[in-house]
Amino acid sequence: MGTIDRLLTRRLLAAYIAVILVIMYIPMVIVGLASISKSRFFLFPMKRTSSKWYEMTWDSLQVHESFLTSLTIAVCVALISVILAFFGALAYARYDWRGRKLFQQVLLIPIFFPQAVLGLALQLWFNSIGIQMSWQSTVFAQLVWIVPIVTLVIAIQAYGYDSAVEEAAYDLGASRWQIFRTITLPLLGPGIFAGFLFAVLLSWGNFPLAYFTSGADVTVPEWLYGKMIGGYTPMVPAVGLITVVLGGIILAVGLTINGMLQRRD
Amino acid sequence: MTEAVIETRTEEPERPRSKLLPWKVSEGFVAALPIIILLFIGFIGPMALVLIYSFMPRGSFSIPGSPSLENYVDIVEQDFYISFAWSLFLAFISVVILLIVCYPLAVALRRIKGRRAHLLTLLIVAPLFVAENIRLQGWVLFFDKGGFLDGALKVVTGLETGSLVNNVPAIVFGICYIYLPFMLFPILLGLGNVPREAREAAYDLGGSRWRVFRDIELPLAMPGILIGSLLCFVISLGAFNEAKFLGKGVIVTVAQDIESAFTFGQNWPRGSALSVLMIVLAGSAVWLAMRRVNLDRMLGRR
Repeated sequence: MGTIDRLLTRRLLAAYIAVILVIMYIPMVIVGLASISKSRFFLFPMKRTSSKWYEMTWDSLQVHESFLTSLTIAVCVALISVILAFFGALAYARYDWRGRKLFQQVLLIPIFFPQAVLGLALQLWFNSIGIQMSWQSTVFAQLVWIVPIVTLVIAIQAYGYDSAVEEAAYDLGASRWQIFRTITLPLLGPGIFAGFLFAVLLSWGNFPLAYFTSGADVTVPEWLYGKMIGGYTPMVPAVGLITVVLGGIILAVGLTINGMLQRRD
Repeated sequence: MTEAVIETRTEEPERPRSKLLPWKVSEGFVAALPIIILLFIGFIGPMALVLIYSFMPRGSFSIPGSPSLENYVDIVEQDFYISFAWSLFLAFISVVILLIVCYPLAVALRRIKGRRAHLLTLLIVAPLFVAENIRLQGWVLFFDKGGFLDGALKVVTGLETGSLVNNVPAIVFGICYIYLPFMLFPILLGLGNVPREAREAAYDLGGSRWRVFRDIELPLAMPGILIGSLLCFVISLGAFNEAKFLGKGVIVTVAQDIESAFTFGQNWPRGSALSVLMIVLAGSAVWLAMRRVNLDRMLGRR
């Protein structure tokens, strides 16, 4: 390959990445624009802008409640899934045991599974065994989907470290608890944190599972859906943009902490 | 040349086994147990229930009943195959488009080195964390009559696009947009299995770009491509929001049929039977392909 040829290829590929990046963020930009449009229906170019939809959003009790519900669910899901996934990842990547191959394959099924169908199946299940659905049942429903994902995230970290360190510590007379606390946990730390971040963000943005399993409680994506179907108001893009920004902040803070964790090693 | 490369890659040294504990076999099982229990209660149980319900008489709301096949007969007789055909078509076409879009993207990202590549990948994948319906709403406002595209075009050129939503291509676009990260990630992982030296050596030996792609890159990256395609196929088979927002009822997908059977239709057995058919369809595809892929190697076990 000639140098000019190579340079051209590189330029083209860079331009391609840029185009895809722009496309990925177009909807967010449009949602942002729609949220500051003064008129009730979004028309571009916009005649006037206004912040009244944000004021209405701020004053809405329903919106407050849905944010609180979503946040509670996200925190519960993330905490529980990190604990389950930590041990799951050890079983997935670290230990040799008889059922391991099967475990690895079965674990993927909920991730691959159409969420609307999983949500409806869980609804049927909760109804049949007589559980009153609320935000707690949504936590459970999301765990079924998120725990496997977090397990994979931590497993990737677990693949990367050398088990000889643990064996050396064992040979030197360290107890199981000591090994766990001073070697395993710190080595997997970045993976655990990344998994936690993933869990919070996935739960925060999840709609289908919450829609079918939350009973009378309403999460933010559910509130948005209700408004989209039942009558559009620019509060929809306003709330949408707030969730996008909040998600972005969680991600940015999380990545900074993650970067610090990685550098420490 | 190619054979030699592949051979050296497959010769993995036997991993030294952990000598930590005498009860090694059960150690992994104990660690996996909480998740196994979770999946039994939260996945296998509900799926078994769906399977049982699918054999119950029409409209039953409780389990004891004489089993019958009438729901499956209904599905065939009442033209539900149309929504199956639509879902299969949408899933298939989306996978093809995503492959064409994501492969060069993954190659481009692989060429970039260091932290910038991570950052760019992250930026492309980050929209995954925004609720699907917000992003789809954004596209509706973009493509609709009087929306961003229509309005901007009118100002610049005087032309109008009118409404570009509420049709099948819009739904396909929505599905491709939403599931792009699911195709990109596995392909990126797959391309990680292609050693730089192998490509360079092939070029040095006079291989054309096409030959290098066909004989070296593609076979080595295949597991990633396969997983990505499969993942996208299965999730877009369950597409639901895309057809609802960008299609506004021009077509009905299986997932929508299932939802209406469970909700407005109040016919749990029918919804269950539809779910079972979809699960069988998706499950057999996944199972067949997953047997050919070594997950340990994909994720980088040493």
